[in-house]
Amino acid sequence: MPIGATEIVKLKNSRIEIDQSGRGAPVLLLHGEDGFELGDSAAVLIDHLAGRHTVYRPRMPGFGKSTLPDTLRDIDEMSYEWLDLLDHIDLKDVTIIGFSVGGWLALEMAAKSCARLRRLVLTGSVGLKFGDAYDRDIGDIYFHNTADVRAMRFHDPAADPHLDLTTLTKREALALAKQREAIAKLCWEPYFHTPSLRSRLHRVTLPTLVVQGMKDRMTPTKYGRALARELPNARYVGIPRAGHFPHIEQPDAFVDAVDAFFRETGRKR
Amino acid sequence: MQFYHFTEFAWPHLPPDDQFSSARLNLPSSVYDPKRGADLYNMCLDQYVLADELGLNGMVNEHHQTATCLNSSGVVPLSILARQTKKGRILILGNPAANLADPIRCAEEMAMIDNISYGRLDCGFVRGVPYELFASNGNPTETGERLWESIDLIQKAWTSHDGPFNYEGKWVHKRQVNVWPRPYQQPHPPVWTTGGSDLAHACRTVARGFTFAMFLTPADKLATMFNGVRAWCRDQGLKKPADDQFAFMPLVAVGETEKEAREMIEQVFWYVVNNKAEPQHRAPPGYVQTNLYADFLSGRFTGGRTDAIRKMGMEYFRKNHVAIYGTPDNVVSQLKALYKTVGGFGHLIAMMHAGDMEFDMAAKNITLFARKVAPKLKDLGTARKHFGPLAKRRVQAA
Repeated sequence: MPIGATEIVKLKNSRIEIDQSGRGAPVLLLHGEDGFELGDSAAVLIDHLAGRHTVYRPRMPGFGKSTLPDTLRDIDEMSYEWLDLLDHIDLKDVTIIGFSVGGWLALEMAAKSCARLRRLVLTGSVGLKFGDAYDRDIGDIYFHNTADVRAMRFHDPAADPHLDLTTLTKREALALAKQREAIAKLCWEPYFHTPSLRSRLHRVTLPTLVVQGMKDRMTPTKYGRALARELPNARYVGIPRAGHFPHIEQPDAFVDAVDAFFRETGRKR
Repeated sequence: MQFYHFTEFAWPHLPPDDQFSSARLNLPSSVYDPKRGADLYNMCLDQYVLADELGLNGMVNEHHQTATCLNSSGVVPLSILARQTKKGRILILGNPAANLADPIRCAEEMAMIDNISYGRLDCGFVRGVPYELFASNGNPTETGERLWESIDLIQKAWTSHDGPFNYEGKWVHKRQVNVWPRPYQQPHPPVWTTGGSDLAHACRTVARGFTFAMFLTPADKLATMFNGVRAWCRDQGLKKPADDQFAFMPLVAVGETEKEAREMIEQVFWYVVNNKAEPQHRAPPGYVQTNLYADFLSGRFTGGRTDAIRKMGMEYFRKNHVAIYGTPDNVVSQLKALYKTVGGFGHLIAMMHAGDMEFDMAAKNITLFARKVAPKLKDLGTARKHFGPLAKRRVQAA
C-alpha cells in the first residue's frame, strides 16, 4: 500500500503516524527513546538516504499522533506493531536503521522474522544484558540528574537537542511528556532490555552494522562490541567524538559508516 | 474525632547540608550508626506506648532508602504495637500496595495483626511517593492501577471464607488464594488510602467506604479535595460521606506557653527542612499526571509541594494549618477552625515528633495533646456506621 508524505496508518492495535521521503529501496528508520531521529537532528542522515531510498519514519506508539494501546507493555510486544506495519505497507527487502530503543526494536523484529528484512544498522542499540546481575550494563537515565544523564549520552553536552526545555511551549512539553511516559512504561523493568533476547540473537542472520559513539557512556563501547560479537553476521564500528547519538554529534562520519556498510552488503535486486 | 500520634522515625544525624544532595535514595548507610539507631527505634516506639496509655491512637508508615524514615517496613512497628499497646487503634498508612510484589502476603500480615491486636487495626494502602519507585523498581506508569488491583484483591481475600479462589489479573496472578487467618474485624479492618490532587482517586476511596487521608496539605487545598469528594458523592446520588472518611495529618505541637509550643514545632519542622531530594526523583515519567509532568520537564513545576513550602516561614504554615501549635486552648480553636474550613473531617493524625527532638519533649507534647486538646474535640464530627465490600454498599460508580 503506497503512502503519502505524512500519514496515519491504522494497524490492528494502534494507529501509527508515519513520514515518508525519497524514492528507492526501502529504509525504515526506527527512532529511540527521545525521538531525535524524527526531525532536524537527523536531517543530514535523512537527506542523504532519501537521495536513493524511500525512507519511512514511523512514530512509536506514544509518540506524536501514534497511539499506545493499554495492552502493549514491553518492547517485545511493541515489535509486533512494527512487523504489522511492514505487512500493512507490504514492504520487502527492508533496511532498518534503529537508534537506541529503535535498535532494540530492530533486533526484536529480526529475531521473530527476517522475511521482509535485508539488513540492520544498530546505532547505540540497547535491548540486551551481557554482564552479570551486579553489572550495570546500561546507564540509568532516570536516577541521575539532567546534567549527569546528558554527560552520559553526549560527548559534547551542548549537542543535546533537549539542552534547554524551558523554551518549549505547553503543547511541545505535553508531547515530550507523553513520549517519555511511553518509554518508561515499556522500558522501566527489565531496564532497557529483554532478558530472553540474547538467546534468540542467533536468529538475526541478516548483515548487521553495530555503530556506536566511542564516548557513549549509556551503552559503553564494550556493550556494542559484545552485541556485534554475539550476532551471527555483524560488524562493529566506533565513531570518535560522539556519545549515544553519533548521527547527531558526527553526522558526516555516521553517514560514511552507513554508506560503507551499504556498499559491502550490495544490492540484491 | 479520632486522634493519632505519628513520628516518622527519622535519622536526624545528617552530614552538613552542603555535603549531600539528598536525604533519600542515594545517601550511603555509612551515615547511619546502629548504636544510636537502636536507641532511636526504641525511643520512637516508646512514644506510641505512651500515646496509647494516654488514650490516643497511633499511626505508622514506611519509606525506603532514606534517612527521613527508618521504618523500611511499616509492618514491623505495627506488629510491635499490636502487642505493646492495649487500647488505641493502630493505623498503618500505609502498605505500599502499588509496589507490592505479593499483595496476598500483605493480606495475611494484616489479618494476623488484626487478630493479635484484638481488632484494633486500621489498614491503609498507599501508592507511595515518587522516590519509592527507585527503591522498589516499580514502574511509575503503573502505580495507580496496581494500587487498586492490590486493594481489590486483598479485600476479596479477606472476605472469602469458602476455600481457594482463582485470580489472574493485570499485574498479579494467584491461582489458589485462601488467606489464613481471616481478619478479627468483620468483614475486614477499616481501609484507608492517601492522596494528593487526584480527585478521582479520593472519590473512589470514599465511595468504597474507605477513609481518604491527606498529609501536610494547606487548608484551602484540603477543603477543595474534601468538598470535591462530597460534591461528587452528591452528584452520584450517594449518601453524604461521614466525617470519619476524611483524615488529615499536620505537624502538631502543644506547649504550656506559646513560646514552648514554638520551640517544639521548630523541632517537628525538622521533617520539612531536611526532606531534601533531587528533582528527578520527584517526578519519574508517568508518576504524576501528564500535564504536571510536562510542566516539570519545561521547568514550570518543581515536582512537589515540599519544595515550595520549604521556603515559606512558620507563620505561613500556621495560617494554612499545616503546622498547628500553641497552648492547648489555642490548638483546640485552630483545629475547630480547620474543621470548619474544610467542611469536616474525622481523623487527625498529629505528627508530634520529628528529627532530633528528645523523648521528654515529645512526651510532653503528646501528654498535653492527649489531656488538654483531644478531650475537647472528641465529639466533633460524624462517624459512618459500617464499612465493607463494594457490593454491600450498593456503589456502582466507584
